[in-house]
Amino acid sequence: MLEIKNLHAKVEGEDIEILKGVNLKVNAGEIHAIMGPNGSGKSTLSKVVSGHPEYEITEGEILFEGEDITEMDADERAHLGLFLAFQYPVEVPGITNKTLLREAYNTIARANDRDELDPLEFEDYITSKLEVIEMKDEFLERSINTGFSGGEKKKNEIFQMAVLDPKLSFLDETDSGLDIDALKVVSDGVNKIASEENAIVMITHYQRLLNYIKPDHVHVMMAGRIIKSGDIKLAEELEANGYDQLEKELLLNGEAQ
Amino acid sequence: MSEETKALESMIGEEYKYGFTTDVEYEDFPKGISEDIIRELSARKEEPEWMTEFRLKSYRAWLEMEEPTWFNATYKKPDFENLLYYSAPKKKPQLDSMDDVDPNIRETYEKLGIPLEEQKMLAGVAVDAVFDSVSVFTSFKEKLAEAGVIFCSMSEAIKEHPELIKKYLGSVVPARDNFYSALNSAVFSDGSFCYIPKNTKCPMELSTYFRINNMESGQFERTLIVAEEGSSVSYLEGCTAPMYDENQLHAAVVELVALDNADIKYSTIQNWYSGDEDGKGGIFNFVTKRGICKGKNSKISWTQLETGSAVTLKYPSVILQGDNSVGEFYSVAVTTKRQQADTGTKMIHLGKNTRSTIISKGISAGRSNNSYRGEVKIGKKASNSRNYSVCDSMLIGQECGAHTFPYISSENPTSSVEHEATTSRVGEEQIFYLMQRGISEQDAISMIINGFVKDVLKELPLEFAVEANKLLDVKLEGSVG
Repeated sequence: MLEIKNLHAKVEGEDIEILKGVNLKVNAGEIHAIMGPNGSGKSTLSKVVSGHPEYEITEGEILFEGEDITEMDADERAHLGLFLAFQYPVEVPGITNKTLLREAYNTIARANDRDELDPLEFEDYITSKLEVIEMKDEFLERSINTGFSGGEKKKNEIFQMAVLDPKLSFLDETDSGLDIDALKVVSDGVNKIASEENAIVMITHYQRLLNYIKPDHVHVMMAGRIIKSGDIKLAEELEANGYDQLEKELLLNGEAQ
Repeated sequence: MSEETKALESMIGEEYKYGFTTDVEYEDFPKGISEDIIRELSARKEEPEWMTEFRLKSYRAWLEMEEPTWFNATYKKPDFENLLYYSAPKKKPQLDSMDDVDPNIRETYEKLGIPLEEQKMLAGVAVDAVFDSVSVFTSFKEKLAEAGVIFCSMSEAIKEHPELIKKYLGSVVPARDNFYSALNSAVFSDGSFCYIPKNTKCPMELSTYFRINNMESGQFERTLIVAEEGSSVSYLEGCTAPMYDENQLHAAVVELVALDNADIKYSTIQNWYSGDEDGKGGIFNFVTKRGICKGKNSKISWTQLETGSAVTLKYPSVILQGDNSVGEFYSVAVTTKRQQADTGTKMIHLGKNTRSTIISKGISAGRSNNSYRGEVKIGKKASNSRNYSVCDSMLIGQECGAHTFPYISSENPTSSVEHEATTSRVGEEQIFYLMQRGISEQDAISMIINGFVKDVLKELPLEFAVEANKLLDVKLEGSVG
């Protein structure tokens, strides 16, 4: 579903490369986890894949369902079925959650020649999705993320994921700032959404999230590249030994830069 | 400068589609200002002696006054000696028949989307079309007359209803109030007069569309609305002007008088030409608007969408004299390119139990400068009164400015004043967030801004809410980053 080939990227207007040749393959039905220390480029990867205008791709390509999306605008990528659950969801006062989702849903439907939903139909649809993350319907009338607690913001991201039903979702540090209860609710939500037709890439520092959402593949990112891939055991190793240890190992084996 | 900022800089070039000029023959009139010129102006308008005196008194007061400089804007001073103070289209139309209106003028209004033929009108809206300070047509006069409502040009009112004009003109904004009201009182050309009799709800919305055409003339409109006991009226003012390289002066005065239990709603959509990217040209909009809630339980609401003019100094105010009276001010002021706006309101609480609400939304983009200046004054006798003010600024891009100058003074301990203010930037992050959800960049900008101004635009009369939204979209097209 997703193929990232030798992706190099930097901040527009600056010289330093942040992504230095990332390679990644994600198939439908899979759940991946990308872990790594601060500054490894994990969050940048998710932003570059979703088309954040702050970054410039200097080399390599991104293929989504076989289509080269490297030059596409963020909204076009969303139409293809790409979703990003933000690490720091921004507040957008004056627009309600419901309005945003209805506009988004219908715009994506239109782009894919699917039927749009009128306000009443959408009301039913969106209400049914509230159960996914255990939120009350009054939350639909609130302005986007305005005055939300950290946990509410993260839940809102997963709620939007449930409503928009994307093919590929990047969850950027969705677990950061969440207490155990919120983490459980968010994880349950993601697990309910995960299916054979879609794919999920979780970006996280800590192994804890992976206890709740079990990944099929785990990757470690360091200094702008994915340096090691494996399964859940890799995550357990990291938890036990830390990133430094892994780095030393790879240097010894001549695998890290 | 990032790629993005460069791109948006080049996009800030939306066309002012009202910038065309109309070919019209004007009466000859000398430039400059003097007592003789004022007498001549008054004579051309066939005014009674008392009106000429009113003008001369105001002129003499103006000579003693100095141009104000306290506001947050810089501009080239108008050359008062070189302005044309009277500009009337030669073909004087009979105000009852559309056929006599100069076809060029009629076409102008069509181009502006304001059909003058009654059949084509917005249902239920009477229009007074003012072209270069002269009222060229007023519709639905008979229908309004049936209800006892007077809606006509100021020039006509001076002749037909002198008792009302003598009683109320200058009662809310005396000539000596400020430099520009003095000038206006001396040389005002035309405007609208509305009078709603006792216990009458005006059967239609009333509106005036002001169109400046003559490059050399100043625009000095004068409007007066009087609502007798128990009456109500909703009035809308619309303004456009052609694109010229030189600045033009627009110094209007609007007075509203609401007696016991009366209600006046005054809405404005202002879209004067605002100058080009370098700040060349554009209208100087220096307006004195004031309402007095003279009677008990009366109410005056000012609602405005200000998007044009190069420099705006405008503070629609309400004097809350009658007990239990209510004053409201809802405003969206947009500045782009190099516009400068120093606008706001004054709510003066004199009576008991008076209430005022101020909701001001400023949007600045480009290299513009947008200042809110508001005064809330609670007098000694205004016990148990309340004010609630919200003043929000939104900055778009990196080079614009927003400022707030609130003045609050209260001499009564049983009253309360609440003031909230926020400043925000339409950030790239917000736009990216919406885009990542599938919404196009332009729609994202539109949604964010509409969300920001919602509280104000919903106060506009229904017919004009649509126009307001469109104007906002056009004005801000491509100017966000």
